[in-house]
Amino acid sequence: MRCKKQTPSQTVGPFFSYGLTPQQYGYDHSDLGNGDLVTEGTDGEVITITGTIFNGEGGEMKHAVVEIWQADNAGNYADVVVKDRFSGFGRVGTGRGEDPRYRIRTIKPGSVDNDQAPHITLTIFSRGLMHHAFTRLYFSDEVEANAQDPLLQKLPAERRPTLIAQRVEEEGEVIYQFDIHMQGDQETVFLEF
Amino acid sequence: MDMKPFTPKDNESHPPLIHPPYKSSTSRSPSKDPIIVPQTISELTGPTFDHSELPEHSTDLTMNGRKTGEPLGERIIVTGRILDENGDPVPNAMVEIWQANSAGRYIDSEDHHQAPLDPNFLGAGRMLTDKDGWYRFLTLRPGAYPWGNHPNAWRPPHIHFSIFGANIMTRLVTQMYFEGDPLLQYDPICASASEEARVRMIADFSLEHTEEGFALGYLWDIVIRGPKATPFED
Ligand SMILES: [Fe+2]
Repeated sequence: MRCKKQTPSQTVGPFFSYGLTPQQYGYDHSDLGNGDLVTEGTDGEVITITGTIFNGEGGEMKHAVVEIWQADNAGNYADVVVKDRFSGFGRVGTGRGEDPRYRIRTIKPGSVDNDQAPHITLTIFSRGLMHHAFTRLYFSDEVEANAQDPLLQKLPAERRPTLIAQRVEEEGEVIYQFDIHMQGDQETVFLEF
Repeated sequence: MDMKPFTPKDNESHPPLIHPPYKSSTSRSPSKDPIIVPQTISELTGPTFDHSELPEHSTDLTMNGRKTGEPLGERIIVTGRILDENGDPVPNAMVEIWQANSAGRYIDSEDHHQAPLDPNFLGAGRMLTDKDGWYRFLTLRPGAYPWGNHPNAWRPPHIHFSIFGANIMTRLVTQMYFEGDPLLQYDPICASASEEARVRMIADFSLEHTEEGFALGYLWDIVIRGPKATPFED
């Protein structure tokens, strides 16, 4: 039986960088996760996922962290065996510069079961966000799989596009553009499980 | 891999997404309700970490930032267990902490509070819980610091915590406060949680965890989502 209650969530605040994303922000501390999941042993199509997080006023959000969790190209989540080749976990900040955005180099995941289209789970933390927001990134070139995906099908049709990253190829690099809107007409679908 | 369903997010324990007294929440938090979807393998799994990913002195914040000598401040031991809602300990959970120095200043280059930096204090640590769910850090009591939310606004001394449990649904980022702090009643971030839930973010002084002649002890257990007790619950 449940005898304990959950500890409340609190905002990550503005000053997380040296603890959560130290290398990216130039601090002398090691990373638990970073923006490059591709190692020598990693199989699959190398991609970059990137985007801007917008607040309700249309402003670009600095002081935000994006974590990803995804399967490898064969659709396996990292256990002790898979982990050496591909951890499936990444973490980056949106930076402090002119163009605040997250950018993660990874591989395109395979299907994790018979039903679901390939996807990556994103967790967003930020100043002003009291509890992290979960969402999922799907791929624009997986039209058929997306049309069958149980989660996407559960959503109102007009909100589905907020979860589809758009594939673009630039100078041989495969980029999936995935902006996140915390509020507004284009508010990203956030999930609870 | 254990694929038992997990308990849901307990919305009575967590703050509402938008809490107007905390100004930046009004435009930076979702305005629509999240969509509740079934738990799949994507949620019932999560990153695992091992001891090789822990830097030297990662549980001792009085050591891991030293350049020329000891950092200044009052040494404290912060310890407790990561538990799930059934009261079972969560072993091998990744616990990360970060905090201001004893003067209330973060090393972060965007912190412009006019309080001294400490050249010997980084303010970040991490560790994995042991088989009984225990974590333990040696650090310095962080100072209070002002912020721009409202006139004469001060954040109560706090330590930021980040936790990874058995899967991504157990993810938690929170803040630990100190028993008896008069600033707590004025802090809109702490008060974003209900009065009943708020107390679960406050560490108690513990003589048992105090080390004689060395450092005061504070005890704080953290409760995250856990396996549903039976498939029929809820
Ligand atoms: Fe803080």
